[in-house]
Amino acid sequence: MKTLKNAKIGTSVSVKKVHGVGPIRKRILDMGITKGSDIYVKKVAPLGDPIEVTIRNYNLSIRNADAELIELL
Amino acid sequence: MKMRIALAGNPNSGKTTLFNELTGGNQYVGNWPGVTVEKKEGYYKKDKSYEIVDLPGIYSLSPYTLEEVIARNYLINEKPDLIINIIDGTNLERNLYLTTQLMELSIPLIVAVNKSDVNNKRNVELNLNELERKFGCKFVCISAAKTQGIENLMSSAKEINESPRAFKPMHSFCGVLEHALAHIEDLIKDHMSYGNEERWYAIKLFERDDSALKNLNLDETIQSKIENIILDAENEMDDDSESIVTSERYVYIAKAMKGSYINKDIEGLKPSDKIDRIVTNRILALPIFAAIMFFIYYIAITTVGTLVTDWTNDIFATAWIQEPFAAWLSTTSAPMWFQGLLVEGIVGGAGAVLGFVPQIFVLFLLLGILEDCGYMSRIAFILDRIFRRFGLSGKSFIPMLISTGCAVPGIMACRTIENDRDRKMTIATTSFVPCGAKLPIIALIAGAMFGNASWVAASAYFLGIGAIVLSGIILKKTQRFKGDPAPFIMELPEYHLPRPKGVFSRMWERGWSFIRKAGTIIVLSSLFIWFSSSYSWSLNPVESFDNSILYSIGSLFAWILKPLGFGNAKAASATILGLVAKENVLAAFGILYGYQGELSGAGNEIWRNLQAEYTALSAYSFLVFNLLCAPCFAAIGAIKREMQSTKWTWFAIIYQTGFAYSISLMIYQFGSLLIGNINPLGVTAATLILVLFIYRLLKKDNVNTDDSKKISLTTCGGNCAGCKSCK
Repeated sequence: MKTLKNAKIGTSVSVKKVHGVGPIRKRILDMGITKGSDIYVKKVAPLGDPIEVTIRNYNLSIRNADAELIELL
Repeated sequence: MKMRIALAGNPNSGKTTLFNELTGGNQYVGNWPGVTVEKKEGYYKKDKSYEIVDLPGIYSLSPYTLEEVIARNYLINEKPDLIINIIDGTNLERNLYLTTQLMELSIPLIVAVNKSDVNNKRNVELNLNELERKFGCKFVCISAAKTQGIENLMSSAKEINESPRAFKPMHSFCGVLEHALAHIEDLIKDHMSYGNEERWYAIKLFERDDSALKNLNLDETIQSKIENIILDAENEMDDDSESIVTSERYVYIAKAMKGSYINKDIEGLKPSDKIDRIVTNRILALPIFAAIMFFIYYIAITTVGTLVTDWTNDIFATAWIQEPFAAWLSTTSAPMWFQGLLVEGIVGGAGAVLGFVPQIFVLFLLLGILEDCGYMSRIAFILDRIFRRFGLSGKSFIPMLISTGCAVPGIMACRTIENDRDRKMTIATTSFVPCGAKLPIIALIAGAMFGNASWVAASAYFLGIGAIVLSGIILKKTQRFKGDPAPFIMELPEYHLPRPKGVFSRMWERGWSFIRKAGTIIVLSSLFIWFSSSYSWSLNPVESFDNSILYSIGSLFAWILKPLGFGNAKAASATILGLVAKENVLAAFGILYGYQGELSGAGNEIWRNLQAEYTALSAYSFLVFNLLCAPCFAAIGAIKREMQSTKWTWFAIIYQTGFAYSISLMIYQFGSLLIGNINPLGVTAATLILVLFIYRLLKKDNVNTDDSKKISLTTCGGNCAGCKSCK
């Protein structure tokens, strides 16, 4: 399964499905990472986690563990 | 007519700036009932009939975070007359997401599009008429920072106040979802206590929102009918209901923005992104962070901070207030005990509070700048990986750094950590770091018992950091800290120049709340210590400390400290005196060992006495206990202020003291074992504690997914009726 966690830095990707349960999943959705939305993977933090992405024209920081819940096309 | 207005919006939307602009100084800060989240209320400064409530900054009205639940309950149960939804005009799409939820509440709504000055500069055009048509409510452009458009906003509020009309949500979703919602609305329409709420409840029920379900008291047949409707829609759209609704909201927003939002800005990279290219660069981020931290420490602690603190303590509080006051009092015929009470007890105690104030103000000024410009969330981004292992946030670094100077501003700096759990954890552990006032104790023990070996001081710092790490790992697995699974999905807002007005008003607000809230505790406890150390049980003033009440309390408690190797009245009462200020431990030893006059920095004069009564091991154990146990009253006051709860304050103090006791006990007992001085009972106790520590460290962190799904109000400050732990 291709997820946001293993997406390459500097690429644009498209969301297929958001996995997970409860608050974390809801937060991911609420922040605009929904089915079909486009994400630009901007950079990774100096220590390798979290990553920074651009979604719906703003910047969001998300941990690798949570990025793994986001399945890509 | 009186009007209650609720101010709602995303974090970083400029909500606080707008609230301050609207209310001026005319606001009061309290807590939301039963929880430790701050509640701000005030009146519109130009018309007192408008009462304004500042809701917590939220992204959504889901039932998952404490802030969301508070905002939601307020809107549903208290029914304000108007919601002003402030949205960030430079981040329209995500900000409108909350708007689509607020409009379902059937409460009149005005959308205030903030940062319109930035939009103008960037050649972004908004077609307000089109937005109003799509969302069915008034849109007003404002700039809270530049105080533009606020009159206009309030005159729109006035219009609604004068001619209130029913508010109907305009947005529509895709056919399948609308079909399902219509059926659910049909099933529940007889259960509505207010009119027009069917749509809100239909959507919430479709999302399988438990707390909305509880509000309605639906019987089983209706519930199962609704569940079937949801399942049908889910099958048809091949997605789950929560995700369907969220996606549909964003789809609607995208449609609405087409034709009403025109971005003529061709420049691809925003200035903010250019800054971030350097500041959060993989290689440069950490050095830049270190440089900024050094700068803050240098200003707040080393130079300006110390300068102003010394000045307030020595000149302002002592030479200008206390001494002239004492001199004046001695010319009156007031009895001696009364003079002592006033001069040393009350004025001295108030002076102790005052001494911290300038440093706190300097620190809050610097932190305010970091927060306002947007760097604070980058700190969390850069350091998250290290700190989250210990149940802390990247932002916990600043309180710890500041605490090496003084734990009081350190604890106050926890204010910048939004997440409730991370903040409480940081508050409870940050005073483990040796502060400036603990240095004389370290110097005394290192000098008297270890020939000034430098490892003693170094070990104190390692011990402090170790205590934080250990506590973090242990505490994050306890029920107390488990409740709120903090999703670290954090917005990195655009950088902007700090606004002096906002930074200074925040500094003033925080500094003042320290004086008010922490000040009371500090003065009262200083008063108690002053009284009990200068009077005997027969209420006669004592000549020497060892006749005082405090000393006898110390001897009463001495036996508890026996297993730690320093179970004598002198050590016990010195430790109690250390609660006033840690440097008092040294002074107390001076008095107790009969040295006349002021001790030198490391207390060289009493080294001999110490060597006679302590072994290296018991002295080190004493040092460790004093470094880790409950901090001074000023810091306890700060803990109380930041925890916003007596229960949590006691938890922190008891935890810290218990932790200190365990570590000292292990050091002394295992140490004695090594030198062949075996105390079977002590060693057994120490081994048990060690095993317990190892067990807690290695214990799997099994978050119960069922619990974490419905946290609703698990992290309340106690005594609420709503949350699980209180029921």
